[in-house]
Amino acid sequence: MTTVTKTEGAPAGTGPEGFLSVRDLSVRFATEDGVVRAVDGLSFDVERGRTLGIVGESGSGKSVTNLTILGLHNPRTTTIDGEIVLDGKELVTATEKEMEKLRGNKVAMIFQDPLTALSPYYTVGRQIAEPFMKHTGASKKEGWARAVEMLGKVGIPNPAQRAKDYPHQFSGGMRQRAMIAMALVCDPDLLIADEPTTALDVTVQAQILDLLKDLQQEFGSAIVFITHDLGVIADMADDIMVMYAGSAVERGTVDEVLRAPRHPYTWGLLNSMPRLDSDLSAPLAPIPGSPPSLLSPPSGCRFHPRCAFRDRVAGDRCVTERPLLGPDRSSACHLTAEQKRTIFAEEIKPRLG
Amino acid sequence: MLQFIIRRTVGAAVTLFLIGAATFFLFVAAPSDYASLSCGKDCSPQRLEDIREALGLNLPLAQQFWDFMSGIVVGRDFPGEHCPAPCLGQSFYSSDLVWDTIKDRFPLTLSLTVGATVVFLVLGLGAGMLAAFRRGSPVDKVATGASMVLSSFQIYFLGPIALMIFVYGTGIMEDPKYVPLTEDPVGWLVGLSIPMVVMATIFTAQYTRMARSSLIEQLAEDHVRTARAKGMSQRYVFFRYAWRGSLIPIVTILGIDLSSLLGGAVVTELTFSLQGIGRLAVDGAVHKDLPLTMGVMLVGAFAILILNILTDIAYAWIDPRVRLS
Amino acid sequence: MKEDLVLPAPRGTAAEREREPLLEVSGLTKHFPVKGGFPIKRTVGQVQAVDGIDLSIGVAESFGLVGESGCGKSTTGRLITRLLEPTGGTISYRGRDITHARRKQLAPVRSEIQMIFQDPYSSLNPRQTVGKIISGPMEINGIDPAGGREKRVRELLEIVGLNPEHYNRFPHEFSGGQRQRIGVARALALDPKLIVADEPVSALDVSIQAQVVNLLQQVQRELGIAFLFIAHDLAVVRHFSQRVAVMYLGKIIEIGDRDSIYTRPRHPYTHALLSAVPEVTLTEGAGRNRERIRLAGDVPSPISPPSGCRFRTRCWKAQDKCATEVPPLVRIEGNREGHLTACHFPEDPTITDRGEDIVLDPALAALEETDQG
Repeated sequence: MTTVTKTEGAPAGTGPEGFLSVRDLSVRFATEDGVVRAVDGLSFDVERGRTLGIVGESGSGKSVTNLTILGLHNPRTTTIDGEIVLDGKELVTATEKEMEKLRGNKVAMIFQDPLTALSPYYTVGRQIAEPFMKHTGASKKEGWARAVEMLGKVGIPNPAQRAKDYPHQFSGGMRQRAMIAMALVCDPDLLIADEPTTALDVTVQAQILDLLKDLQQEFGSAIVFITHDLGVIADMADDIMVMYAGSAVERGTVDEVLRAPRHPYTWGLLNSMPRLDSDLSAPLAPIPGSPPSLLSPPSGCRFHPRCAFRDRVAGDRCVTERPLLGPDRSSACHLTAEQKRTIFAEEIKPRLG
Repeated sequence: MLQFIIRRTVGAAVTLFLIGAATFFLFVAAPSDYASLSCGKDCSPQRLEDIREALGLNLPLAQQFWDFMSGIVVGRDFPGEHCPAPCLGQSFYSSDLVWDTIKDRFPLTLSLTVGATVVFLVLGLGAGMLAAFRRGSPVDKVATGASMVLSSFQIYFLGPIALMIFVYGTGIMEDPKYVPLTEDPVGWLVGLSIPMVVMATIFTAQYTRMARSSLIEQLAEDHVRTARAKGMSQRYVFFRYAWRGSLIPIVTILGIDLSSLLGGAVVTELTFSLQGIGRLAVDGAVHKDLPLTMGVMLVGAFAILILNILTDIAYAWIDPRVRLS
Repeated sequence: MKEDLVLPAPRGTAAEREREPLLEVSGLTKHFPVKGGFPIKRTVGQVQAVDGIDLSIGVAESFGLVGESGCGKSTTGRLITRLLEPTGGTISYRGRDITHARRKQLAPVRSEIQMIFQDPYSSLNPRQTVGKIISGPMEINGIDPAGGREKRVRELLEIVGLNPEHYNRFPHEFSGGQRQRIGVARALALDPKLIVADEPVSALDVSIQAQVVNLLQQVQRELGIAFLFIAHDLAVVRHFSQRVAVMYLGKIIEIGDRDSIYTRPRHPYTHALLSAVPEVTLTEGAGRNRERIRLAGDVPSPISPPSGCRFRTRCWKAQDKCATEVPPLVRIEGNREGHLTACHFPEDPTITDRGEDIVLDPALAALEETDQG
């Protein structure tokens, strides 16, 4: 079963199926050099209890999308179009007060670097208790008790004592656990995790990823998991959305996207990533060039300047016409379905070893 | 924390000793002929010799140094007068004991400095905060613009203007004067309000800009964003999270500014004809009154050291990483 | 070169030297003092960043050094390039002891050992042109290649895949991957024999990472340069290195050829590391067929590392002996030649699923217990 169901640019207000439903979202920043089109026409859905993995490189718009869901963008310089509907509620037009009630309560977020993402000035316990007190009206004492309970749950030994510590007295892995405790303290329906393990060591990362999976089973939240690491996404996600230069280029279930990818960018990512079981006789096959500037993105398909297969599309469609991402399992590419299948089977897969 | 304060205090004592030694050797041991300065213009060789004898200048240098330093701690005896601790010597010009003069003048300078500091911290940080909170708004533009203009208003320029407007022109205020705080708190405040505000003006402008940029930097910090992401209100995040972090660079600069604050006090006292330490320092220099100058210098250094320790304590109070490392 | 005379003369004949390793490190140690105490500050402890490691790198060999943060891999790189002064042990380069060689004595060697840094943004001077950056090492060492420095720089730019016309551009005009190429060109400027690359690709995006890895591999093979490749990413190290050493808390705990380390590891920590790497399974329907090991907590502090075997506090096989005896780095039974392991109770040489997971993390274990119950 897939969670990505609606057609691109579906008419507004037609009762989206997902618990979180993003429709035709565009985010533009005004900068000194011009307008950055950070996200451009993005649509996706996430259902309760499932994990959507968003994978992309820096500048793909994956983090911006999720800050926008929480309304944490800078309103002075940012223009947002489209719809974000969470459990029937429109968020783009919601007031600041309404958003405050949602944040940390219904939607919580885990950030990349737990050292900078926790305040150095307050104890870990206080920082966890704060949103609980705010959203449930609990007393200071109840808040603290809840913080200790949560710390215990995420595996901090001796939580009653450690709650009194400051973040700098925690190790990196413990800090990220505290961050998870803070995000889950109000039992959110949606958890957004933005590269939560990128700053961690690999053995600690494995602990944290498993912990998140186990906690999801217990709490039943939907998770949007953002990462640049295909291995992590394979481990965590039910569904995958691949982003490039501000839009989604491919989506489907984990099996579909990783085992039968259909977009040249996804092929490129898989080909450039060394794996523990990859063939060592051949060099890696990187994607040539670098990601485009979002000040003036390429015309047509944004990937076309780096694409090795554009000459297999008749005419100059890749340069002139923007390929759209269809419903369900789909990829935004002008190659025909048949071409995608054969290219992957005959040219890409053998290289992956 | 206590350990930290003790360590700092011990360090300060050592520093003070070194400053004392440096002062002594600069003035006494350097070939500036301490005695002939003390003697004045028409000086007979006999009188000069008497003075050398009286000041102990014929003694070995080490002995002189010991007398000077121990005088500060336990007091010493001059011919005809006992100088109780802390003995900083006897003024050449007025023959008064230096410490007595300083003690007399110090409250004024302290009032002026502390008062001005309170004024510029409240105004500067307040305006900076407002500007950062409403960044890009007219409030921000006014605050930033005003601080640009005010930061060029020197005390000796602003002082006379203030006097002309408030005292001589409209007569709303009286000429600035010093009334001890313990005697008449209202009179103390009213008497010194013009000098305090004038002295605080440039600092207010600086601290407005500093507080604004420091806050804006803090607002972009990850942990501030986290606090917003967990649903805390903008106001709460601003005052609990961003504000606290923004104080660290401000306290650092304040610690550095302490000496220029004393410099400001000198100019202010001269501008408003107030009899404080700053005035004393100038008098000492003008009259080549070495003991007085040395005394002022030592007391000034002492004050700065104390304030520096307070700054460090403030640091530890603001940032647990300092406190707990 | 008269500086050469100051160094101990190379041993043996030229032919013998050929067989000798390019770089040999033995008992290399670096301790950083920790200051503290009351009332007078003094050295109260030592960060044992690197604590007695032995390794050798052959001519044109690519050697990988992996480990997690705090294991001392970067410090090792800096010791070998002599950016840091070793506390103990010896480093010899082509049979010459350079452990404590002074600046002057080091000069001829320094040009043969170059370094590539992690961060392509901060390791290039933003106020210098690319030409100046790359010719810098030639200038400092007073080397004038035939045809002039500029010509050589243009050649180098071409070798690393940049446009030679970009000679006069500044670093900010390049993307992250291109900057790292500039870093590579700078390292190549003096025809080095050994390049120490400290996390050269970890700051780059996946698609760019592969470009730089390929470039380094090409340089290593075509120019015959030996590499000490330091990284935390096990898959990248596997791809690049012929031999690999795994470090933990300042010590090498396992060393061997690539195949031994990645498919026949013996040390429990190597097993845990490999099992922790998240993998993309490309075959449809195939589940995870690797063992699953989840350690508890983070790496302990190198200020007071555990006694005996340093891994014992996180090891599921630890016994009393591990606390009292430091396991020697030796070839244990079943290991191939050159595969050394420092462990009293080594694991079986396989990484396939063992039927039962090892989960040491108490929170994970608790959650998984309730799932099953």
